[in-house]
Amino acid sequence: MNPLTRLTFTETRLYFREPISVFFTIVFPPILLVILGSVPAFRQPSQDYGGLRVIDLYAPIVIAMVIVMFALNGLPQMLATYREKGILRRMATTPVRPLVLLTAALLMCTALSVLATTVVLAIGRIVFAVPLPGQIVGYALVFVLCAVASLSIGLLIAALAPSGKAAGAIGSILFFPVMFFAGLWVPRALMPEALVRISDLTPLGAGVQSLQDTASGSWPQPLHIAVMLGWTVAAGLLAARFFRWEAAR
Amino acid sequence: MAVIEVNELVKSYDGHPAVDGVSFTVEPGEIFGILGPNGAGKTTTVECVEGLRRPDSGTIRVLGREPGDPELRHRMGAQLQESELPDKITVREALELYASFYREPADWRGLLDTLGLRDKANVQYRRLSGGQKQRLSIALSLIGSPEVAVLDELTTGLDPQARRDVWELIEGIRERGVTILLVTHFMEEAERLCDRLALIDSGRVVALNTPAGIVSTVDNEQRIRFRPSGPLDDVLLTALPEVSGVSRSGKQIVVTGTGNLLHAVTSLLARNQIIAADLRVEQTTLDDAFVALTGRTLDSTKENR
Repeated sequence: MNPLTRLTFTETRLYFREPISVFFTIVFPPILLVILGSVPAFRQPSQDYGGLRVIDLYAPIVIAMVIVMFALNGLPQMLATYREKGILRRMATTPVRPLVLLTAALLMCTALSVLATTVVLAIGRIVFAVPLPGQIVGYALVFVLCAVASLSIGLLIAALAPSGKAAGAIGSILFFPVMFFAGLWVPRALMPEALVRISDLTPLGAGVQSLQDTASGSWPQPLHIAVMLGWTVAAGLLAARFFRWEAAR
Repeated sequence: MAVIEVNELVKSYDGHPAVDGVSFTVEPGEIFGILGPNGAGKTTTVECVEGLRRPDSGTIRVLGREPGDPELRHRMGAQLQESELPDKITVREALELYASFYREPADWRGLLDTLGLRDKANVQYRRLSGGQKQRLSIALSLIGSPEVAVLDELTTGLDPQARRDVWELIEGIRERGVTILLVTHFMEEAERLCDRLALIDSGRVVALNTPAGIVSTVDNEQRIRFRPSGPLDDVLLTALPEVSGVSRSGKQIVVTGTGNLLHAVTSLLARNQIIAADLRVEQTTLDDAFVALTGRTLDSTKENR
């Protein structure tokens, strides 16, 4: 097995040994969808949501939550812990660069996000008759853009956090505003105009709306694409600027 | 050709020199030690050799290559101070993972046997004892079948038995032809393992020789302590040509001198029918040599760098 495959394989194994992470990233989002879907009123179409049902609106929000859990919580905590424990430094003495470990971590997060998203889409379709994405190419593209923007922010957290615990804490605190603007508590369709404007500019607000747009068969709005790209570039550049392979002495 | 050549190495942190003109060479098959108190610049020196730090000036060649050369990393193993593994990785997974990094990995099963970790193969890192973690760390430094291994503070934090086990292991590794650069602040470790060593203080080499050589350059005075069974006049002792000084503490007599001191003193005691109880011969140690060379002890505690 080449180093990247072996690292991805090993990291994925280690990930599945953390029951709490597995629960929040892979098990909890589908459960949340099921809970919301069991409320009868959420399965009724409403004029307030442009003829959609609450459960239709929540499918992309739950998917955004999967992305956020991996990108803002799992990834930065893992990288910062590895740096704190000298694991990245230890790797730097081997023929394999620590960058390969970073790549393996990104591969794992992406693969597992896709897996959890597939489960959410399947449950939505089978149990609650949420239509599968109408614009499938656009949907996949938007999913990738949203994941990449979030992972860049996760890398920035990993770059700035002094320790694994700190990275975990920063990720958990950011979870609330990020998911608020993604519509976890108040879906965008019910947000006041001003909040929607702000939400448009957040990575997950733009992401959820784009997933919504492509799910219903249209193309995403250029503004939202630009917002996700903007966050990717800004956070990615800052992360590259500040990321250190070894803990400060 | 020397395996490691370090020439006039200088490295500063924020204007404070950590290493200030260190030079030494390590020959094939030897265990070369870098001994010094905490903060002397030992770790900085080997981190430059490992390619983890860039020297401010000076040159380093390992197997004829520059540190950090990708080819060199295939042929050099390293054990870092304070480097851990993920809590839940098993011994076997860690070895398989690191084996995948190298072109010609050693058989990890064989390494587990050598290091006495065979029955720990499926145990997670967090469940290993300090000694087992250290042995795993040594195993990882050897997994690439290196020609040279750099081991930094490999017995710090181990109990005396575990420390002795690790020493035996290192001797076994040398027998396989691996050249070893060893960093330590334990005098006993350096004396036991090293063929040659560099004594480092405040970023400079203060002595470079075999352990016995370093000791002999400083002082070849011996010291004998004993408790005489009957009264003994100091004058009888000081009359011996080998004796340079006599002192008493309580019932104990301490005789210092040179040459065949022990024989001279025991013969005198026998002639006077005196039996020496608790007889002890003290020789100059590396610790004494270090004190003589620097005015400080090896154990002086300073921030590690």
